[in-house]
Amino acid sequence: MTIGLVHYLAVAAILFTIGVFGIFVNRKNIIVILMSIELILLAVNINLVAFSVYLHNVVGQIFAMFVLTVAAAEAAVGLAILVTFFRNRGDISVDDASMMRG
Amino acid sequence: MALQAIAFYVLAIVTVAAGFAVVSARNPVHSVLFLILTFFSAAGLFVLLGAEFLAMLLVVVYVGAVAVLFLFVVMMLDVDFAALRQGFARYLPLGGLVAAILSIEMIAVASAVATQGAARGNAEPRAAAADVTNTEVIGRVLYTDYVYFFQAAGLVLLVAMIGAIVLTLRHKPNTRRQVVADQVLRNPKTGMRIVQIKPGEGIGE
Amino acid sequence: METLVTVLVFAPIVGAAIAGLFGRRIGDVPSMAVTTGLLLLSCALSWTVFVQWTWGGLEPFTHTLMRFIHVGDFQSNWAIRIDGLSAVMLIVVTTVSALVHLYSWGYMADDPSKPRFFAYLSLFTFAMLALVTAADFMQLFLGWEGVGLASYLLIGFWFHKDTANAAAIKAFVVNRVGDFGFVLGVMTVFWAFGTIQFAEIFPLVAANADRTWEFAGQNWRLMDLACALLFVGAMGKSAQFFLHTWLPDAMEGPTPVSALIHAATMVTAGVYMVCLLSPMFEYAPVAKNIVTLIGAVTALFAATVGLTQNDIKRVIAYSTCSQLGYMFFAAGVGAYQAAMFHLFTHAFFKALLFLGAGSVIHGMHHEQDMRRYGALAKALPVTYAVMMIGTIAITGLGVPPVFGLEPLGFAGFYSKESIIHAAFSAGAENGIAYFAFVIGVLVAGLTSFYSWRLAFFTFNGHARWGHDDHAHGEAHHADDHASAAQLETHDEPVAHADDAHGHGQDHKPHESPWIMLVPLLVLSVGAIFAGGFFEGSFIGHHQEEFWRGAIFNGPDNHVMEHHEAPVWAVLAPLVAAIIGLGVAAYMYLWKEGLGARLAARGGPLYTFFYNKWFFDELYQATFVRLAKLLGDLFWKGGDQKIIDGLGPDGVSAVSYEVGRRAGKLQSGYVYHYAFVMLLGVAGILSYALWAWGR
Repeated sequence: MTIGLVHYLAVAAILFTIGVFGIFVNRKNIIVILMSIELILLAVNINLVAFSVYLHNVVGQIFAMFVLTVAAAEAAVGLAILVTFFRNRGDISVDDASMMRG
Repeated sequence: MALQAIAFYVLAIVTVAAGFAVVSARNPVHSVLFLILTFFSAAGLFVLLGAEFLAMLLVVVYVGAVAVLFLFVVMMLDVDFAALRQGFARYLPLGGLVAAILSIEMIAVASAVATQGAARGNAEPRAAAADVTNTEVIGRVLYTDYVYFFQAAGLVLLVAMIGAIVLTLRHKPNTRRQVVADQVLRNPKTGMRIVQIKPGEGIGE
Repeated sequence: METLVTVLVFAPIVGAAIAGLFGRRIGDVPSMAVTTGLLLLSCALSWTVFVQWTWGGLEPFTHTLMRFIHVGDFQSNWAIRIDGLSAVMLIVVTTVSALVHLYSWGYMADDPSKPRFFAYLSLFTFAMLALVTAADFMQLFLGWEGVGLASYLLIGFWFHKDTANAAAIKAFVVNRVGDFGFVLGVMTVFWAFGTIQFAEIFPLVAANADRTWEFAGQNWRLMDLACALLFVGAMGKSAQFFLHTWLPDAMEGPTPVSALIHAATMVTAGVYMVCLLSPMFEYAPVAKNIVTLIGAVTALFAATVGLTQNDIKRVIAYSTCSQLGYMFFAAGVGAYQAAMFHLFTHAFFKALLFLGAGSVIHGMHHEQDMRRYGALAKALPVTYAVMMIGTIAITGLGVPPVFGLEPLGFAGFYSKESIIHAAFSAGAENGIAYFAFVIGVLVAGLTSFYSWRLAFFTFNGHARWGHDDHAHGEAHHADDHASAAQLETHDEPVAHADDAHGHGQDHKPHESPWIMLVPLLVLSVGAIFAGGFFEGSFIGHHQEEFWRGAIFNGPDNHVMEHHEAPVWAVLAPLVAAIIGLGVAAYMYLWKEGLGARLAARGGPLYTFFYNKWFFDELYQATFVRLAKLLGDLFWKGGDQKIIDGLGPDGVSAVSYEVGRRAGKLQSGYVYHYAFVMLLGVAGILSYALWAWGR
């Protein structure tokens, strides 16, 4: 059958859910949490590009580029934080990290 | 268009599977490698859509920089792999349930949007006109209408870089460093000391 | 004349303002000098007005100063009304006030807050003058409240003493109860006549004499209702029975205050008001009967309590209360002139007695318990002499007009005789007036007894001061005997608190300085001669020309006309006074110590009288407890629980709780946050799907 917009959107949706699921399930491993965030951002990018192509508007791709930029920056800072976290605690488990509790 | 369909399904399935493997792999290094695979397949999907510039961008930036960075960090930290997986099974049912519901809903919304929304009636994907490359189209728009956002993105990256350095840079007390200013300011009075030595004695300090 | 009376009325408040606001800056002596000087000026001007009125043929007039309230029918102005009544009151108030100011130079010499004291005295005088020169109910009420305020300030002058503060509040609150009745009376008058100006009301009264008013299902006679309510105000202000409880406690104030306010002026405001409103009272027979009854009962009550008291000031206070009772029952039987005459003479001898007592207290280093006095005649000769004069004046010793004799006596003799005579005349038709006559005679005897008891106990007999601790202990012992019977000890704190002072009992008592003695001498002149000299004008043959319409006697009121009374009725008060003198002399001169033994024995009658007929206890158990209960209910239940609880406290507690509970959402765990986000997204999508589907 012809591949339409819905297929791409479906792929993005599933990828998004996998990313969220990953955050929820991985409590002992910050790195995987960060990678799940990357998956989420990737899913959003797929959505943007698919819509850009099917609506004949290149702005979607421009936006996806910016998302990419910000994702990279966020990954860098996130990993820096992770490194500091590890230096202070000795492991990367966020299970008990509740110092920011309200 | 069968080829296109086959290509799409292959790439899509690989993307999803690799994505799942990212979150469920035992070894973090494996997770990173699967993440790289996910990115590659997503790039393939982009090429299929006709946005090849973005696809290459994905490969260069995401895979080449971000994923490699992940790999560096994973290998640098000395983590106990066994302990990492303990809580996995406990939260699996609830998380799985919510995720499943969410995905079904999103697909339903997507289909509703696609068939009744603004994109209905556009069966034809068209990334660019025949004579203009995708890159040129992006370039035409990016440096004119969105130049401010472009500059801002640069600033974001600058700030992120500074932030990462600030967070992680530390001076080890025992390492020796080269201090160029001290080197330049040496003169014979401070750099040398003349000692009279009797033969056979040695300096003996 | 109009500027003269304006200066007269306002001079004291100028003095009060200067001493009160700038006292600290200008110093003690200038403050005292300014206030006393201005008071003396007022006094001189008042005597000018009085002389002009009595012998100069001054016509009554009202000098309007300024508009006050003009709202529809309610028209009120600041005015100064000069007629017979106000002329008399002017000299009474300003003379006694000026003498008290002089006296206070000596009495308050050791006090650190002299400017405040003198400012308050002058403030009081101004309020009293505003009261007596009022031309409508509004200014009368202003003066009424003003003297109440000044009384509060002066009773609580030594505000570091708890008892003084409590007494001041008690005075003010009890007065307030009376004022409530007074205000209701004024409102009734306004409702009935549509005006509050005296000059407009009085001509209308005769025509409205039979009007009734429907209220709460009953038909009330309008004039009776209004006059009875106004009399309630007088009961509060003049410490009549039921609203008398504040007067003995008011002795917490310095003695000059007691002399000025609680003897000569403020407490007589009630009498003044009733006489001023004689045009109204004459048409309110029921109200007059109430006045008579209350007056008589007060006279009896106060005299019985005064028999047993040991604090010198309290005896004189109860004596004042009793004499006020006389004045009221005189007014009640229609003898307003006699009431005013007794007010006039009473001001002199009661102020004399109080200031004399102050001299004794001053000489005994602030010891007020008479059981520690005795044999002071030699140490305080001038005080002794003037107190004797005052006592003779109050007991009404003299030669009555019988057997062809010309009446001759000190001041009190004439005025008391006229009151009892009037009561007898009215008693021929009115049972209550006859009752008042009997009471009047009986109380004359009691008055004589306690007045002479005070005199002998203080000045004669053996000295009960200056002994070693043995006698001190004895006096204490007698106290404790008596206190076993008492429930509340009002005079005890005074006596005991002065123990620190009282060890100056090895000091000899000394006579007061001349600045305190001069006012005493001036007052004793008045106490001796004021009665005889003015008898003709006030109650005698010249009363018509004297009062000139200030007092109104109804068509059936003949009490002031001199009937011939039977000899026994004329002699009865004198006989009673002599009996009282005799008993007092027996108990305190010949058989000295008999009084203390009788008191120590106790007994129901003694206990009843000593404890003021248990009125304070009764009021405490009923009104005070009820008021406190209501107050607590509204405070804790209403204010704290409901208003505060639902308002600020409630809101803050709720927001704190909500914040605390909501804060539990912030667990600090990232995955919790992520999960919540996930749920949120799922929720929004569900809603979107449902909304689109419709």
